[in-house]
Amino acid sequence: MGEIDGIFDTSRKTLEEIEQRLEMPRREFLQFCATLAVTMGLPSGAEAAVAKAIEAAKRPSVIWLHFQECTGCSESLLRAEHPTLEKLILDVISLDYHETLMAAAGHQAEAARKAAMKANKGKYVLVVEGAIPTKNNGIYCKIGGQTAIDMVKECAADAAAVIAIGSCASWGGMPSTIPSISGADSSPTGSAGVAEVLGKPVVTIPGCPPNPYNFLATVVHFLTFGKLPEVDKLGRPKFAYSRLIHENCERRAHFDAGRFAMQFGDPGHRQGYCLYKLGCKGPETYANCSTLGFGDAGENNWPVGCGHPCIGCTEKGVGFQKPIHQVAKMLNVTPPLQYPRIVEEQGKAASFASAAAVAAVAGAAAGAAIMLTRNLGLSHAAEEAERAKDAGGSGKRASVAKAGE
Amino acid sequence: MANHQHAAPAPVGGSLVNIVTLSCGVLIALMAAILVVRFLFGLGAVTNLNDGYPWGIWIAVDVVIGSAFACGGFSVAMLVYIFNKGEYHPLVRPALLASLFGYTLAGAGVIFDLGRWWNVWNMFWPGSINPNSVMFEVAVCITLYIVVMWIEFSPVVLEKLGKEDARKKVSKAMFFIIALGTVLPMMHQSSLGTLLVVMGGQVHPLWQTPALPLLYLLSAIFMGYAVVLFESCLTSTAYRRKLEMQMLTPMAKIMLGILAVFIVVRLGDVIVRGALPKAFAPSVEALMFWLEMACFIAPLVLIGAEANRRNPARLFLAGILLMLGGALMRLSGFLIGYETGGDFNYFPTLAEVLVTAGLFAVEVLGYIIITRRFPVLPREDVQAAH
Amino acid sequence: MGTRRDFLKGVMAGGAAATACAVAVPAAARETRPRPPEALGLLYDSTLCVGCKACVAACKQANNNPAEFSTVDHLWDTPLDTSGYTFNIIKMYRNGTMDQKDQETNGYAFMKTSCMHCADPSCVSACPVSAMTKDPVTGVVGYNPDKCIGCRYCVAACPFGIPKYQYDSPTGRIGKCELCRHRHKDGHYSACAEVCPTGATLFGKTSDLLAEAKRRLAMKPGEMNRFPRGRLRPAQEKALQGKPEGKGVMMRAGWRDEPDQSYETPAGKYLQHVYGEKEYGGTQVLKLSGVDFEKLGMPDLPPDAAAALSETIQHNLYGNLIMPFAVLGAMTWVAKRNVKPEDESSDKEGN
Repeated sequence: MGEIDGIFDTSRKTLEEIEQRLEMPRREFLQFCATLAVTMGLPSGAEAAVAKAIEAAKRPSVIWLHFQECTGCSESLLRAEHPTLEKLILDVISLDYHETLMAAAGHQAEAARKAAMKANKGKYVLVVEGAIPTKNNGIYCKIGGQTAIDMVKECAADAAAVIAIGSCASWGGMPSTIPSISGADSSPTGSAGVAEVLGKPVVTIPGCPPNPYNFLATVVHFLTFGKLPEVDKLGRPKFAYSRLIHENCERRAHFDAGRFAMQFGDPGHRQGYCLYKLGCKGPETYANCSTLGFGDAGENNWPVGCGHPCIGCTEKGVGFQKPIHQVAKMLNVTPPLQYPRIVEEQGKAASFASAAAVAAVAGAAAGAAIMLTRNLGLSHAAEEAERAKDAGGSGKRASVAKAGE
Repeated sequence: MANHQHAAPAPVGGSLVNIVTLSCGVLIALMAAILVVRFLFGLGAVTNLNDGYPWGIWIAVDVVIGSAFACGGFSVAMLVYIFNKGEYHPLVRPALLASLFGYTLAGAGVIFDLGRWWNVWNMFWPGSINPNSVMFEVAVCITLYIVVMWIEFSPVVLEKLGKEDARKKVSKAMFFIIALGTVLPMMHQSSLGTLLVVMGGQVHPLWQTPALPLLYLLSAIFMGYAVVLFESCLTSTAYRRKLEMQMLTPMAKIMLGILAVFIVVRLGDVIVRGALPKAFAPSVEALMFWLEMACFIAPLVLIGAEANRRNPARLFLAGILLMLGGALMRLSGFLIGYETGGDFNYFPTLAEVLVTAGLFAVEVLGYIIITRRFPVLPREDVQAAH
Repeated sequence: MGTRRDFLKGVMAGGAAATACAVAVPAAARETRPRPPEALGLLYDSTLCVGCKACVAACKQANNNPAEFSTVDHLWDTPLDTSGYTFNIIKMYRNGTMDQKDQETNGYAFMKTSCMHCADPSCVSACPVSAMTKDPVTGVVGYNPDKCIGCRYCVAACPFGIPKYQYDSPTGRIGKCELCRHRHKDGHYSACAEVCPTGATLFGKTSDLLAEAKRRLAMKPGEMNRFPRGRLRPAQEKALQGKPEGKGVMMRAGWRDEPDQSYETPAGKYLQHVYGEKEYGGTQVLKLSGVDFEKLGMPDLPPDAAAALSETIQHNLYGNLIMPFAVLGAMTWVAKRNVKPEDESSDKEGN
């Protein structure tokens, strides 16, 4: 709370400015910062740092390229209503080049891009949406006479950070799907992801489309901490893509209890049973859809929430590749988990008391046996001696009994 | 044919309150308290039994070993009445008494161990019985044998109560009761071994063999004689009576004969089945096997010579060793050499040990009371005063 | 006295009797029993199992069993083994880094532990009061608590360690899988197979399941193949029996009809061994795996059931009580000669 108070104390004026600039009430602005901080999995209090970063109004220049795509990623971002994100897009960052959103067109647009790149050399953020065709020198996608390959290389050269948004930019996505005709070993245009074209890892925000908050959180992370967030081996920010959808799925209890929808519209499907048998890819797809929802359409509004199995759009090799209704491979059984081993130790070993009791019984028995044997031996020896002494004498056996005590 | 001069049995007399009977009383009281808990809260409340060791010492010791120790009555009765060795007649009643207690308590021990004891009548209900089950045969034989032994022993009680007519009636049918009393133990003592056969590979190869019934029968017989040796020496010492050497010495020879046959069968079986290498593996089972074999072979050395058989100390020791050997064979088969797969532990709880001790205490106390008050031991003229 | 002679005679007679029964044993040996022709069972395919434990949960529910805890929080049903309250459990084999499923070194694999429903069950042979029975038609090994005396001989006898006793109860029962026979009358089959999302546990007639298992063993690892889920449907049974394709008998045995759940997935890398095909004369539950069965806790068993040997011995010794009565007759005859009424032998000793 100290940080929040600090914000109000030291920068009330700034906040008011932000209020005006973003046309967003102060409370809503702080809520937005907290949402982003939580999305990134930052500890409590970090929302203050986020707020400070945004209010600093050092709007970084953003260049947003479009290649082989449907603009769904941009649409998804624009649909974010929580708060009116277009304000943020336009005011938190300086979106200097975006083919869909910018007013400029033709040579004017390209000139704006070049100008922005020159002005913010080494400081701008490059966002790529869409796959990049690589076959035949990438002639299948040209903007202003420039191939996608050349354009992305040119823009990436002086960028402070490169973010690939959407599955297409992440690894090729839908356009990279190999057609099921004999002899086909690549997609018709040889679509590839940004990292592949640039030959270096970039941050990827896969999804078709990705959750806008995952993108925003990444950008704000860059603003707040001056560096990109920690990513997994596929370049995905860990705050969003480190958990399987299956792990936090609202239908998980049905999976654990073996309650499955068998076909669309059956009683199980209507009762919200697990969609695994319908081909849900949640168990092999890393994304935070099950906790954050999909897009910004409201609580539980994501594919699984409204009754369709996850298609694994954030997962290379799953989305657009595996048949939608093919049963998923379970990834979260990767051991160790709470499974009993083949052999579990069971039963109690000797307690001190019982071991002592057994030892005492055995000892007493052995002791008594030894004593008795010794006495019997002594009596026998005495008897033998007596017999030897008095061969004819019999009947004097009292001594025997006495010795046998 | 029994043209031997024997003193008639008579009560030993004397006080029933001494350190031994009092100790027994304490043990019995402890057992009773533990059994209350067991019947109110289940087997798990007092035992360490688990699904890897569903049978603990209450079965392995109280029933399997306990009933083998109680074979004295059967072994001696067979000697006297079947092989017509009348000279051993004075040994019959005390041996029978010990057997009676051993078996009755083994039966009681089974009830303590039964998880659903109120259903036990199914064991004798024609609609429920399973003649394929070894345990069914064991249970029926043991129950019948307990009844048969009480009838065998009834003349003692009737004599004490002065019911001469009833005693005479029983005496007339005694030959049949005695025949039953030899057949029934032969049946169930062998079957106690057969109990293990269905467990298959779960029982260590050193103790799992189709020859189990023969091994258990032979060992039960020589254990019977061993127990008589033990019990006779103990009684004579405790009651300061004359040792019954004139009977014990020749009986020991018979015992050795059966022991020799047993050892040949035991080792032969292990060798024929190719299980001998297991006896040389560095395992607890191998150790137990050799311990057991040592207990069987040592008496041959100890009392193999006629002269040594006249030494009560050697006889007593041989008796104990054979009892121990037979007990080890049973303990290894039922507990130590039993492995159901998985990592199961079992060691009896203090409560289990106390119940077993309590059962033996009942046996000792009962033996003392009955020999002091009923005509069991032969009357002795020359007797040291207590 | 002729005691020595008598003694020797006795020994010889005893020896002759022992030899007689020793000779009789192989002649009247009870063969290991085969499965009933219409035996029902399960096929568990370890390579298809994803370890979701839906079968464990469903089994608990179907048998109305309480949860068992092995963790400190006591929140989840986490039994470590089958028990008097857990009739089915998924266990995990672990080795080294546990990278790859169904791989022996540095891998992991699942194994379902539940009753195998042996063709010739030891528990049924052992039970003295017929509380354990094998259904002559379905072959299901069932338990009747109203007869059970709680002796736990079945627990000791079972080579798979399946019947388990409820030690914590004064009225403890034996707990074991009965293939959900109580649900059969409602058209339901085994709950574990009903809920299995991948068809790793499949319900059907054992003869058909065996054919299905052989079909899987012939598959090329990694190749896409169709796998049935839930239970074998009539059309699949027909195909497995090599009969011409067709719908089959739709409502066989009164099972509820349900849609065909078969699906395509890559075939696993199987060991060429159907566990339960021959073990102990065969079991009605069959298992397939990519990892050695002994490593998965399934014992290496001979093709003959221990029950057969036990009953052979038992019936040769006591069959129709012929031997006991013969010995009893001989003993009675001998005893009649030797036993003097007590009056003479004890009171007035010395004739």
